[in-house]
Amino acid sequence: MVRSTVAISKLFSACIVIVLMLTILEACSSSSTTNNSTQAGPIVIGASIANSGDFSADGKPTEQGYQLWADTINKQGGLLGRQVRLDLVNDNSTPEGVTTAYQKLINVDHVNLVVGPFADLTAVAAAKVAARSGYALVEGSGTAVAVFQQGLDNIFSVSLSAKNYMVSFAEYILSLPAGQRPKTAAYATQDDPFLIPQLDGARALLEHGGIKTVAYLKYPAETSDYTPYAQRVIASGADLVLLGTFTPDSIAYVKAFKQQHYNPKAIIAASGPDQGSQFTGPLGGTKVAEGIFVPNGGWFAGISTYQNDQFQRDYIAKFGGTAADISSDTVQAYSVMQVLTQAVNKIHSIDNAKLKQELHSDAFDTLQGPVKFAPDGENTTAVAFLFQWQNGNLIPVYPQNHAQANPEYPKAQWPSS
Amino acid sequence: MVGPRRQTSGSHGQEGVPVTLIIEAVILGILTGSVYALMSSGLTLIFGVMDIINIAQGILVILGAYLSYTLEKYLHIDIMLGLLVTIPTLFLLGMGIEWAFMRRIRRDRVMISILVTFAVALVIEGLLNFIFTANYVQLQAPYVDATIPVFGFYLPYIYVFAFILSVVLLTLLYFLVYRTKFGFGLRASMQDRTAAALIGIDVERVQTITFGIGVALAAAGGMVFGATSPFNAATSYDLISRLLVIIVLGGMGSLRGALFASIGMLIISDVTDVVWSPVWASTVFFALLIVLLLFRPRGLYGRLEGRKQ
Repeated sequence: MVRSTVAISKLFSACIVIVLMLTILEACSSSSTTNNSTQAGPIVIGASIANSGDFSADGKPTEQGYQLWADTINKQGGLLGRQVRLDLVNDNSTPEGVTTAYQKLINVDHVNLVVGPFADLTAVAAAKVAARSGYALVEGSGTAVAVFQQGLDNIFSVSLSAKNYMVSFAEYILSLPAGQRPKTAAYATQDDPFLIPQLDGARALLEHGGIKTVAYLKYPAETSDYTPYAQRVIASGADLVLLGTFTPDSIAYVKAFKQQHYNPKAIIAASGPDQGSQFTGPLGGTKVAEGIFVPNGGWFAGISTYQNDQFQRDYIAKFGGTAADISSDTVQAYSVMQVLTQAVNKIHSIDNAKLKQELHSDAFDTLQGPVKFAPDGENTTAVAFLFQWQNGNLIPVYPQNHAQANPEYPKAQWPSS
Repeated sequence: MVGPRRQTSGSHGQEGVPVTLIIEAVILGILTGSVYALMSSGLTLIFGVMDIINIAQGILVILGAYLSYTLEKYLHIDIMLGLLVTIPTLFLLGMGIEWAFMRRIRRDRVMISILVTFAVALVIEGLLNFIFTANYVQLQAPYVDATIPVFGFYLPYIYVFAFILSVVLLTLLYFLVYRTKFGFGLRASMQDRTAAALIGIDVERVQTITFGIGVALAAAGGMVFGATSPFNAATSYDLISRLLVIIVLGGMGSLRGALFASIGMLIISDVTDVVWSPVWASTVFFALLIVLLLFRPRGLYGRLEGRKQ
């Protein structure tokens, strides 16, 4: 009995020693893989991707942006002379999924660098996990006001801030001669931190310019039946309709407006019309989309920005289609990697502390234009463009120095069914 | 078409809600409610006979929509006509799922069925994402966008057709359940599987066919859903949560309950949307659901006795 007790005690002690040794080894390997830029082998960059769930439509193009950059940089000899490997984990479009994904990427996979997932709430969740381990998080789609109010010093958003997206539309409307200017506006938006600031920013400007708000609707993000909200907007009879939408609700509104023969003088949707055939296909063709506006965060096929020609060439070679098929998610993801490349090359290191310092202090170039980060991570130099569907194409119409045509106003009648 | 109203220049403000808007909400609530009844009747039927909560019903609806989409886009088969293909296809798929997975569940059927059907849903979602990508699509047909003026607004034909389709299919289902020998066996199995087996009913066969019917109804629901809303595989999550709420409200296992709960839920939500605020639509509905369940814990038409097996 005594002998067996001693044996169990020895076994228990041995287990404790083994666990302690493994813990020490784990810690050593963690510190060496995280920040050692001189280590041989590939540089591993981690990110979570929304391959399923609410943002699954955005997950794929985001992944394409990251992958395209990795392929390009590896063909050019890699980053700091080392090949790059992406470690992508599905996050199911939820902040919880993102938290788990980044914990795995940092603490289990020991990636060298991390970049952002898709969407605002998930970007914040990722940045919080990254902050705990001292990682910088460069991301492309977390642009809501709330993202920059978290007190995080490790988040860097390369895209246009959400609150500025519809400013160009409001400015254009207010630039119209008084006789043509609309008198009323209706607003309908998903309860989403990326969308609400867009509408509120435009609403403040339009109301200040004398355009009366006749309807303002906010509806839950998880809904899938938008007909009642469209009814409310239609019943308001507003001259202008501003929609805080993603792809499915933007389609539903336009279809409902057409079905109800409601043709406001201008319609703008925060996103959806910029998704190419994903938007026009369900509508039944580009004719239905004629005249619909969409804000743009700073990139389009013809724009002359940093590496844009090469990006479009590589995209078409790898994924096929045309430049018009390129999603804004892909552009944002690629821009993230452009900033990361410039910062890493500048400091010649993948040390995250030095990287954060560099990102806070320097300016960078991307497909979406110049980038300079405020202390809270907001890109202070991005400019909003205004796009409109005209004759089957989505083209820039405002501001004038980037416009390919004058804005179509008032909107043309809906085509007959 | 000359319409009863609409163009622009707003005459309505936030202060008043036009009566036509409420009428429109009620009519659309009834019409879309009937479609939800179609989708949820499959779910409630399966639960009633098998004690199985089919979490995969949402993704099966979307699968039905994708099948209609494939027939319409690649073979140019009208989406209504396509039901002649999609309903039998999903019926066979449903029987296959029952044979492969559900039949194996012997104990704790409710809990384990949730896990198993969730796994089935994830596999189907993955396959749909792989085949069709996550891009949103919508079914097209001449009558999807065409409208008819009714009570001061334009009613899309697709809603009318969907209502007629739902009434026809639910009537057929009613006759199958209450006027046929198979329906007798089905109802006997619903009441007591052991007793049904003792009087010579092949309960396993009844269950397989019932699961097939439940899934086949998803094909019809999916076609209408796909014609009225843009969808991708992820859309199924919102759908299944609605369907589960409907069968809880109507009473688990009750076809009549599914019908009234669907229409009630849609009318309450739609009217609250237009009269008050979209933010409160779900809250009002769930508050009413809680009150109802306090007084009728088994829902509107749930059986007094739970199944004891």
